Amino acid sequence: MDAVEMKGITKRFPGIVANDGVNLKVKQGEIHALLGENGAGKSTLMNILFGLYQPDEGKILIKGKETEITGPTVAGELGIGMVHQHFMLVDPFTVTENIILGSEPTTNGMINKRRAEKEVQAISDRYGLKVDPRAKIRDISVGMQQRVEILKTLYRGAEILIFDEPTAVLAPQEIDELIVIMENLVKEGKTIIFITHKLKEIMRICDVVTIIRQGKFIGRVEVADTDENRLASMMVGRDVSFTVDKKPAKPKDKILSIRDIRVQDSRGVDAVRGLNMEIKAGEIVGLAGVDGNGQSELIEAITGLKKVQSGEVILNGKKITNLKPKTITHSGVGHIPEDRHRRGLVLDFSIGENMVLQTFDQKPFAKGWSLQYPAIHSYAKRLIEEFDVRTPDIHTPARALSGGNQQKGIIAREVDRDPDFLIAAQPTRGLDVGAIEGIHRRLIEQRDKGKAILLMSLELEEIWQLSDHIAVIYEGKIAGWVDPASTTEEEIGLLMAGYRAGTEVTS
Amino acid sequence: MIESLTDILATTVLYMTPLLLAAMGGLFSERSGVVNIGLEGLMTIGAFTAVVTTLETHNPWLGLVTAMLAGMLFSIPHAIASITFKADQVVSGVALNFLALGVAVYLVKSLYKGSGQTPDVQDVLQAMPIPGLENIPVIGPALFRAFPTTYLALIIVFIGYVVLYRTPFGMRLRAVGEHPQAAETMGVNVYRMRYTGVLISGALAGLGGASLSIAIGSQFSESTIAGQGFIALATLIFGKWHPFGVLGASTFFGFAVALALKGQLIGLTTYVPSEALNMLPYILTILALAGFVGRAEAPAAIGKTYETGGR
Repeated sequence: MDAVEMKGITKRFPGIVANDGVNLKVKQGEIHALLGENGAGKSTLMNILFGLYQPDEGKILIKGKETEITGPTVAGELGIGMVHQHFMLVDPFTVTENIILGSEPTTNGMINKRRAEKEVQAISDRYGLKVDPRAKIRDISVGMQQRVEILKTLYRGAEILIFDEPTAVLAPQEIDELIVIMENLVKEGKTIIFITHKLKEIMRICDVVTIIRQGKFIGRVEVADTDENRLASMMVGRDVSFTVDKKPAKPKDKILSIRDIRVQDSRGVDAVRGLNMEIKAGEIVGLAGVDGNGQSELIEAITGLKKVQSGEVILNGKKITNLKPKTITHSGVGHIPEDRHRRGLVLDFSIGENMVLQTFDQKPFAKGWSLQYPAIHSYAKRLIEEFDVRTPDIHTPARALSGGNQQKGIIAREVDRDPDFLIAAQPTRGLDVGAIEGIHRRLIEQRDKGKAILLMSLELEEIWQLSDHIAVIYEGKIAGWVDPASTTEEEIGLLMAGYRAGTEVTS
Repeated sequence: MIESLTDILATTVLYMTPLLLAAMGGLFSERSGVVNIGLEGLMTIGAFTAVVTTLETHNPWLGLVTAMLAGMLFSIPHAIASITFKADQVVSGVALNFLALGVAVYLVKSLYKGSGQTPDVQDVLQAMPIPGLENIPVIGPALFRAFPTTYLALIIVFIGYVVLYRTPFGMRLRAVGEHPQAAETMGVNVYRMRYTGVLISGALAGLGGASLSIAIGSQFSESTIAGQGFIALATLIFGKWHPFGVLGASTFFGFAVALALKGQLIGLTTYVPSEALNMLPYILTILALAGFVGRAEAPAAIGKTYETGGR
């Protein structure tokens, strides 16, 4: 029997058609993947199923019966529960309070906390969720918070669970735990809709995939009959390569040298402790390391966002240590920041305005005190076309763009200023395969144009594919330099964990 | 000396009462996520209504009831503006303050032949000694010969605590003030909860105003409230948006007022000029509002408008 059937769903928002005649058919007891790039309309479709949006056209059948889902409460009554990507949890409340909110068990008008806690514990045990009913949300890990979200739906008797990109926020072993939980749920007869753009996860746990692209229904395939490459091309609409084509690097003059710098983190503790590094024109240096070993502080120090306590940063033979960020930017540093929402864009400015964040006060964008909008607009238009930033127009707020397009915008701005040295910090974080491929190609292109590039990433695979040299950072120092062509993943792993090259590994 | 202490203590309790009532009102509003700068205005309306009702009916208890109703009525524009129309909550609250004062002063002038204040109320609330307890030395006369409004305020603190922390209504109200999206996905009606919070704040602030005009005082003029609503707001913040915290904070501010009024009894004025003592409650208010205390405890969604299904 079909647990859910959505037929010809169309939803329009001002300026875009988010869903255009989408079909979704999910059988009872299966894990069904909903695959699509960021901005393809997955979340819109699921918000319709969950009653947060009303479709403009189309029909919804739950267990074969046509229904109108006018709100989350109605969805709940139909047995539909959503595990939100951005957790819907009240931080100062306990686990139990979050779960019972809206349908509290009472005795004489008072909340019966003891009974609620028992019930929560019972459900948690049944599905192996390992949640402490009395813990406060703000004190528990992200993984446990997610399990609370799952519990919320189960407590309300959900039979159909929607997981909205559940693995995006999890560490690798937490993902393994989640997969076990999902398998337990299905064993107990639940149906799962799994929204994702990660192909590996689909291949690992899903039974059937529905693919949507730019709001349109593309296809429905059994996982057993397909593979990652075929799924990727259906999702993106063209063939995607998972390997990066590049010629050998032709390094030239030394562009950047860092000499023995020390930088403190925001708590005043040394995060970078006497680090040395050189980068030449025409090469990509990959900075590998476990998160929190001083990568972010190093980059913020180079770009002037953090104070260098001692040591020197030299660009093209000139000291740029502790200059103002603006001066450093204009002396030839491009920066694709780690957090594109906080540091990369002014989200409420238009994408056009975001294109001139560093150059707005220079000719031709400004004459004296006044901004020259015609010049800004024509410049932004050119960048957006050249770098294929998909946006309704240049006046759209940056906030409204998908992550991949926001990142393309930032890269356009940074690259077009033609800096000698480009920093790319986690340039593909949270992006889908199509967008990642494009960004990788841009970085190689810049290298071949003779830029010096520092690539920071927590994805070892990405560092591996792009870098000409890999510097492994550990506790604020370079633990070792390796050549990606002649090193194994294990060797880098050991350096990342703090074992120096040549020292013996003891357990 | 003992007598002076008792006097200061009694004054503390006296001035604690209106602050406590209004701050408890603010608590309900702000816990639901709506800032209520308008407490001052709501107290003004409550104080005015209580006086007029008591003058007309000679029944101060009826005065308390109408003050609550008037406060509730006057909080409706704030609720509509800031919840339904998503206006800036601070601006809407400030507007409410001006409106309330303007309306009250205008009505006083038109009702009482152009006078700037109402006639004196003869039938004000009388202190209500509690037999037995009132005879405890020092604290007896200070705590147990208080006005009925004081006892009422203390009862409201306890009821407020139970409602907010033990009932489904209270839990939903707090959830709406912390994370309205989460509450809505759980089937809680965010708008209705916020309206309820603001209306309760109107009723309690109105009652607080009445305690100033027909218990502590006996008439209404432009200067009856004189900033007490803002001090109540500071009390709320200083009390970390918690009923018992608010009780402690209002006692503290009440004590500051008592020192200003009765400082010379214990010889404080020989060390500190009385003008400086008079400033004390207001300086403490500025410190509290400037965020020296308790900011981190504020409801997370306070001051943020909410739109159903917002993207």
